[in-house]
Amino acid sequence: MQTKETIVCRCEDITLDEIKALIEQGYRTIDEIKRVIRAGMGPCQGRTCRMMIAQELSKYYGIPVGEVLMPTFRPTVKPVKLGTFAGGE
Amino acid sequence: MKEIEILIIGGGPAGLCAASAAANLGATVLVLERDGEPGGQLVKQTHKFFGSKKQYAGDRGYQIGNLLIEECKKNPNIEVWTDTTALGVYEDGVVTAERQGKHLKIEPKKIIVATGASEKMIAFPNNDLPGIYGAGAVQTLMNVHGIVPGQRVLMIGAGNIGLIVSYQLMQAGVEIAAIIEASPTIGGYLVHASKIRRAGVPILTSHTIVEAYGQESVEGAIICRLDENWQQIPGTEQDLNVDVICLAVGLSPLTELCFQADCQLKYIAELSGHVPIRNEYLETTRTDLYVAGDVSGVEEASSAMVEGRLAGISAAYSLGYGAGVAPQLQAEALAELSELRSGPAGQKTVKGIMKLMDKGEAVC
Repeated sequence: MQTKETIVCRCEDITLDEIKALIEQGYRTIDEIKRVIRAGMGPCQGRTCRMMIAQELSKYYGIPVGEVLMPTFRPTVKPVKLGTFAGGE
Repeated sequence: MKEIEILIIGGGPAGLCAASAAANLGATVLVLERDGEPGGQLVKQTHKFFGSKKQYAGDRGYQIGNLLIEECKKNPNIEVWTDTTALGVYEDGVVTAERQGKHLKIEPKKIIVATGASEKMIAFPNNDLPGIYGAGAVQTLMNVHGIVPGQRVLMIGAGNIGLIVSYQLMQAGVEIAAIIEASPTIGGYLVHASKIRRAGVPILTSHTIVEAYGQESVEGAIICRLDENWQQIPGTEQDLNVDVICLAVGLSPLTELCFQADCQLKYIAELSGHVPIRNEYLETTRTDLYVAGDVSGVEEASSAMVEGRLAGISAAYSLGYGAGVAPQLQAEALAELSELRSGPAGQKTVKGIMKLMDKGEAVC
């Protein structure tokens, strides 16, 4: 291990430093960060990283973590193959 | 399109109890279970439960799971679809699911979301090294598959999960280097903590992990003390030689489907995250959608089972079943819940529920 990385989004391999850098650049919401760097777009759909990113936003903007805007939740809750939709009801 | 009176999402302790309760009153029920077998986390819980006889106290978790599964199997009103993951809840009330590569649609009259919770992770350098596990994963590995995760473990978190999994690791011949806990007190039951202390394992409160290290996998961890402001105290570092780091740092309610269904949610730290606002009978702000178990606030399996029963009765009652008996059964379940939450450990939940109900008054 040469570099000591702290992983926030395991699915997309995104580090705490990357998240912090985006927040310092002015990204203010979980959704914005997701669109820029894909945090939360992997197989677990943000179940692990969502609240860790919320923590960082809460620290940076000095607001309670409960007031950090949650992302929009849409179906499906897990990645599904296109073929599944094509073959289903 | 499958039509059903009550759809239950999640076949863990809450979901199975909801299914039995609703079906016993005469409703037809479909349970969706993501895994190959229902039972949820009970299948790996080899410890005995507390509480009273009604909540199966004295029985081991997996035995309770088997009992609940048997009860559901015997009931002709209950259908269980295993290997089936609910994917979405739509505006018109249709629920979609995937079952072995097939896309399915279900049209229920009532929905009970009993999806449970997922394990939290924490940020520290090298937190993606092989050898770092969630405590739930370690429990599955050992108690379901009979595999030990390594030789020497650092457990992070002294709540009940951290304590119980540490003890089970010790029973499996694995050494626990230490249990560390960031808060100044042990979160779990002292009866569990005492057993571990008697075996000589240190439980270090006000301690955190500074970093993990290792070439290919975990070879060790640096821990240190925290001051009263949760800041690391320089010079208090200790180097622990371990090959496993186990995270037992809490659970988050799995509320994606509730968000999708447009339920109002509120962040309540005491309930471990965002939870849907619901009335006493566990119906959320989206009419006809109920919640039960960890998704409505992280607690224990004992209360999840009673909440499941309460949601099942309430959903069936709202469909016209159990007219003579349902109010009495609801009252009994509510009384059991307050009894389960009456101890010191339940105070947090009670406080959390009060905060949750506070602004949801209008919908209650």
